[in-house]
Amino acid sequence: MDDRTLPSCAASEAQNFFFDQLGLQPRWLEESVGSALCRRCDDADLYFEHRTVESVSLEDGLVKSATRQTRQGVGARVVVGDRTGYAHTDDLTLEGLRLATRTAQAIAWQGGDSRSVAVVVERPRHNLYSLHAAPILVPVEEKVRVLQHVDEYARAFDARIRNVLASIVVEQKLVLIVTAEGRVVADVQPLVRMQVTCIAEEKGNRQQGTFGGGGRVAFDYLCENQRYLYFTRKAAQQAVRNLDAVEAPAGEMVVVLGPGWPGILLHEAVGHGLEGDFNRKGVSAFAGRLGEVVASPLCTVVDDGTIANRRGSLNADDEGTPTGRTVLIEKGVLVAYLQDRLNARLMGMSPTGNGRRESFAHPPLPRMTNTFLLPGESDPEEIIRSVDYGLYAVHFGGGQVDITSGKFVFSASEAYLIERGKVTRPVKGATLIGHGPEVLKRITRVGHDLGLDEGIGTCGKDGQSVPVGVGLPTVRIDGLTVGGTQPVG
Amino acid sequence: MLLPEAAELVLRAAKANGATAADVVVVRTRTLTVGVRSGAIEKVAQAEEKQLGLRVFVGKRSAVCSTSSFAPEALRDFASAACALAKVVAEDNYAGLADLEEQTLEGPDLQLFDSRVSELGPDEARQLAERAERSALEFDVRIVNSEGAECSTESTETWYASTMGFAAGYSATVISVSVVPVAKGSNGMQRDFWYSVVRQLERLASPEDIGRKAAERTLRRLEARSVKSCEVPVVFDSETAASLLGHLAQAVIGQSIFRGTSFLVGRLGRQIAPNFVNIVDDARIPAALGSKPFDAEGVPTRRLGIVEGGYLRSYLMDSYSARRLGFEKSTGSASRAVGSPPFAAPTNFFLLPGQVPAEEIVKSLKRGLYVTNLIGFGVNLTTGDYSRGAGGLWIENGQLTFPVEEVTVAGNLLDMFARIEAVGSDLELRRRVASPTILIGKLTVAGRG
Repeated sequence: MDDRTLPSCAASEAQNFFFDQLGLQPRWLEESVGSALCRRCDDADLYFEHRTVESVSLEDGLVKSATRQTRQGVGARVVVGDRTGYAHTDDLTLEGLRLATRTAQAIAWQGGDSRSVAVVVERPRHNLYSLHAAPILVPVEEKVRVLQHVDEYARAFDARIRNVLASIVVEQKLVLIVTAEGRVVADVQPLVRMQVTCIAEEKGNRQQGTFGGGGRVAFDYLCENQRYLYFTRKAAQQAVRNLDAVEAPAGEMVVVLGPGWPGILLHEAVGHGLEGDFNRKGVSAFAGRLGEVVASPLCTVVDDGTIANRRGSLNADDEGTPTGRTVLIEKGVLVAYLQDRLNARLMGMSPTGNGRRESFAHPPLPRMTNTFLLPGESDPEEIIRSVDYGLYAVHFGGGQVDITSGKFVFSASEAYLIERGKVTRPVKGATLIGHGPEVLKRITRVGHDLGLDEGIGTCGKDGQSVPVGVGLPTVRIDGLTVGGTQPVG
Repeated sequence: MLLPEAAELVLRAAKANGATAADVVVVRTRTLTVGVRSGAIEKVAQAEEKQLGLRVFVGKRSAVCSTSSFAPEALRDFASAACALAKVVAEDNYAGLADLEEQTLEGPDLQLFDSRVSELGPDEARQLAERAERSALEFDVRIVNSEGAECSTESTETWYASTMGFAAGYSATVISVSVVPVAKGSNGMQRDFWYSVVRQLERLASPEDIGRKAAERTLRRLEARSVKSCEVPVVFDSETAASLLGHLAQAVIGQSIFRGTSFLVGRLGRQIAPNFVNIVDDARIPAALGSKPFDAEGVPTRRLGIVEGGYLRSYLMDSYSARRLGFEKSTGSASRAVGSPPFAAPTNFFLLPGQVPAEEIVKSLKRGLYVTNLIGFGVNLTTGDYSRGAGGLWIENGQLTFPVEEVTVAGNLLDMFARIEAVGSDLELRRRVASPTILIGKLTVAGRG
């Protein structure tokens, strides 16, 4: 990216909003951060946020529902050792700020002399999603038109499609972060997410298919190359194909995961377990294992918050640290954890730009951004040919992990049997379960076809949801438990 | 600005901007969370926030908007924007406010508010959390660590008003204490948790009991292993059985039925479970977590029989889904996030207890799986297909033997409810959706080896 184009218009737009429209004053910020950073305090910050979310949804062939939510406020944080005091308010006046800061500080059981902090507005390091037009400003009528077309297209795709549920949610988040060093980081974070669910019915058998996509993109993204029709087709195909699905097998078997969204494997199996907080506290199955082999030598796992326009990307994390690219596992060896400021400081490591929060009402936590496995050298078709009997899973619903025992699950919503090297019958959805520190050791082939997901992922931790991305090339896992209903072997 | 005043102001502004009807929900929330870990404070978070959600109708078109800015000028602009948004969407013949002929909001005090909870300070909250954690850590030497204990309180004031003249509100409190101990065994670490969530401080379980129970649950997972895939009877303890009730609750809400996204479409009036299965949704239980005097459309709440003698007797409906499904009235089940349209939802939704103690159910089995934890999202409510990660204890000759993990349990929810073979006597309304222990005749357990 050309550095001379910075500071981006996004950052200055956010600054204008908070300083000019809302009337925040630099000296208020200096006073607040300065008083928050009392003697013995290790860190403090302010996180201002103004967020607008607009959602338009379709059902029964009509767009009958539209919502628009606006919420703004500030979160004040004071950190002493491993202790956090946090207060948030929707009152963005000097009085509101003083009260929030005092509360955050008092509840960290601290007080006393304030330090003097001079705030300096910082040039953003990245410019990953500056758009020609904010998606929130696109007239609702255009979103209605797209959804209407989705409905017509899906019903025309196959007569067995009986209902289509679709939604477009666009978000505009303006943030202004003031760090303990007095750095002021501003950003405008757009987000677009479209989802299509098709219900197919035949002889009393009802099935559904869901697909979608988006990112930190302009609204046009959905229309480029008729992308929204691609999402619709995928959802419709999944629903119709599921009409013929047979019972999924039950037991341990070879599993081949297709490229893209099946990368949720990494998110659950290793990603959460490598978040700094769990490792500092020693409650993760990966705690104390830096330098150990945790995956096959074919595996290099990366978390990268700097990929342009991706759903999981950010110019700076929610503590003002520029996002980066962190290699977590290199050729099978565990080399790094994902860090926010608090856990990095306590573990003697550097922040990796992974301090994220759902909103001003939440303190930051170490979180993933876009997590994926680097491509290997195998031909994806050859990988399938190499399997005598197994499961080929290409699309998933959600997943979950118990970071302490290391057991994780992810649920296939589109999967097929592989029989004698060929993809054969579609099977019903099933949950796959495995052990995080072991599963990547069983990866015996990695394809050259790395794909990132379409941009629909949301990750939950400690009651906080944040948008994330995942990615994977085709991989072969020699032994994973498939939770179908037909015991095999 | 007070909540009723703000509500009144936006309703007037909505009408001035062309709304033919409108309703508004205003919520003010105060929260306190204190987290402790290894005996020391880890986090204290405190906040006060308010939000207003407005639903406007312009004829048969509607939109919902929410805001946190309560300045009069901002609220007027907000109401006008909501009306503009409504004019862009399609007409919906079923759109409209709930019919509020019977305005009987009288009834017993639901005991939703406790000033001892709303006034609980950070120091008292810290002590409750510390006691729970200490009790867990001291329970057994194998409890070596903790993800911490937390005590949080929430006080909310809810105000609902509509252009039909309805205006009422209520206050409610919730306090919770939970702890997550970590134990170490020869083949790795395990964690589990226990909790108590109540509206009244005096109903809170003792922190010592919470800690002990959490430690016991964690310890019994040590040295867990997978089992060979098989088809066996499966006992769901009251915690995991509640999640099955949750799936049923989602499948009986009006929206799931008319969208065709429920495995119970077309089953109203039909038998879906054995005769001894009775499921209710009751919003009028004093001090219960899901209780409320009226729903998010101002309709008085009541006790609903959902499954009676095994027969599906009622859906959960807000006024929109009731109209869509051809019923005269809603069931008073509307719930509402401030920024979204009303949606039917369970209040206190539970399976009525049977006569058999939970231990007897386990004793009755020669072989089977006793499930105490479930993870993942492998539930397809449209088809009822069910496949989730599970952990628990293996049953052999009526005894709980070794702990089990890294297995899945799979089946179909329709079959699972039809195959309930026993319902325990151990119902406790620990959450909004609750259940006693239940036995399901046969499910597929997938594992290794």
